[in-house]
Amino acid sequence: MQTTTLLINLSYIVAAVLFIYGLKLLGHPLTARRGNQLSAIGMLIAVVVTLLDQSILSYGWIIVGILVGSGIGAYAARKVEMTGMPEMVALFNGFGGIASLLVGWAALSDGHLSSFILITICLSILIGGVTFTGSLVAWGKLSERIDGKPIKFSGQRAVNSGLIAAIVLCGILFVNYPDAGFWLYLLILLAVALGVLAVIPIGGADMPVVISLLNSYSGLAACAAGFAINNNILIVAGSLVGASGIILTNIMCKAMNRSLSHVLFSGFSTVKSAAMVIEGEVKPMTAADAFYVLEAASTVAIIPGYGMAVAQAQHSVKELQELLEDNGTEVIYGIHPVAGRMPGHMNVLLAEADVPYDLLLEMDDINPRMETVDVAIVIGANDVVNPAAREMEGSPIYGMPVINVDLARTVFVLKRSMASGFAGIDNPLFFKENTRMIFGDGKETINQLVREFGDN
Amino acid sequence: METIYLLFVLVLSIFLGFELIRKVPATLHTPLMSGSNAISGITLVGALVAAGADRTELTTFLGTLAVIFATINVVGGYMVTDRMLAMFKKKVGGK
Repeated sequence: MQTTTLLINLSYIVAAVLFIYGLKLLGHPLTARRGNQLSAIGMLIAVVVTLLDQSILSYGWIIVGILVGSGIGAYAARKVEMTGMPEMVALFNGFGGIASLLVGWAALSDGHLSSFILITICLSILIGGVTFTGSLVAWGKLSERIDGKPIKFSGQRAVNSGLIAAIVLCGILFVNYPDAGFWLYLLILLAVALGVLAVIPIGGADMPVVISLLNSYSGLAACAAGFAINNNILIVAGSLVGASGIILTNIMCKAMNRSLSHVLFSGFSTVKSAAMVIEGEVKPMTAADAFYVLEAASTVAIIPGYGMAVAQAQHSVKELQELLEDNGTEVIYGIHPVAGRMPGHMNVLLAEADVPYDLLLEMDDINPRMETVDVAIVIGANDVVNPAAREMEGSPIYGMPVINVDLARTVFVLKRSMASGFAGIDNPLFFKENTRMIFGDGKETINQLVREFGDN
Repeated sequence: METIYLLFVLVLSIFLGFELIRKVPATLHTPLMSGSNAISGITLVGALVAAGADRTELTTFLGTLAVIFATINVVGGYMVTDRMLAMFKKKVGGK
């Protein structure tokens, strides 16, 4: 092995170690930032030593590419609002996917390619293409550039199955006739079409699953590209990301009590029984009255959902938390794994508002305490606190683990109006004896409560 | 033989990935996702070779495009993760 090749490969080992150690440190909030920095250093090392590679003859375009990419990346990373994080991650994912596609495509010009290499090129184009357009659609849905509702048409399944069959066929032809450009272009076209078709039938509430899955794909695409260009570090880093995405996908699916194939292929459309009638009366309450209840409470649990992100209410919530704490009330937060549009979405928003992360309890930690909670404030959440998941067999979300706010002494539900949630399911929580509805904009309601505390 | 060796690396890394990520608490899932997303920008390494190899004009073009996209992914991903993680604070002295 030549000295430079040896040096490059040794540095790749160092980079791999930094990625792995970085991910390990990412496992705790205290060390996570350092972990991310270590992983960034690993990336820097991998990039810098690659520039020593002897097959690199000219640096002009590389410099242009890096400058343009860094500029756009840095600008986007600085400007993005914390509420916009899911679409940002989706977009970056997509960019990783298209990069892998392009690398696979470029690898074709290397000449003397074995069928194994051709298969891996085929895979990196396929996975990269699906990741790219799938992520773009997810980005569009999350940022509401396209309708977040599932887009369905008759024969969708047949079309998708046909598309997959066509991809397999096209892949085989491509591997056998790599010099005929036609199969390559067709393969790219089919891959990007599959990405679009795979994500459009998935609704906004299922986005945490989709983003996790696409995250995994972007890793697998890098992995396939690594095989295509015979490069270790791509394989190591890509499979780490692939594994991470799969774990998150799995966690999200469990939190919705649905299998991955159910999320991908059916959506929430199959409501089993329409005969479910929820009886009872909704009891509204004004913010002024709510204040007196809160003032007397010794434990308050706040359960945020996507609505909090939409209303940008996290800072007001934090203000309320401080006033409650000054009043001697214990404030905790209950975070459902699929609250929001991506895993951990609520945690980031609350961290932005300076809420300490040790007050944020996971579902399994807050549920046993719920009976001792005086007031549970539900802000912008619906399905994740829906007791129908526990008590109404036949409800589409029956069996999904939820935060049992209805077991608290009093529940405040902050809601704009009486419409059912994203999943289109009625929520019996609103009709419970101990539930009070506070109608209005979530942020405005919290601000009113804050003002009441100020006045008294 | 080379192929077998690469597959070896693949399998071991996947297992390692599972072990590492399983331990990450839910509160860090968003930074985990954007951080691991940045790592998937490792494709940049492949893109650099393609962009600089002077093989054909098409390869240079594809490579440069790949460099741009992968760099956005890498730089943006790490920076935004850092920005998020800087906000995670522990409760100070039981206020």
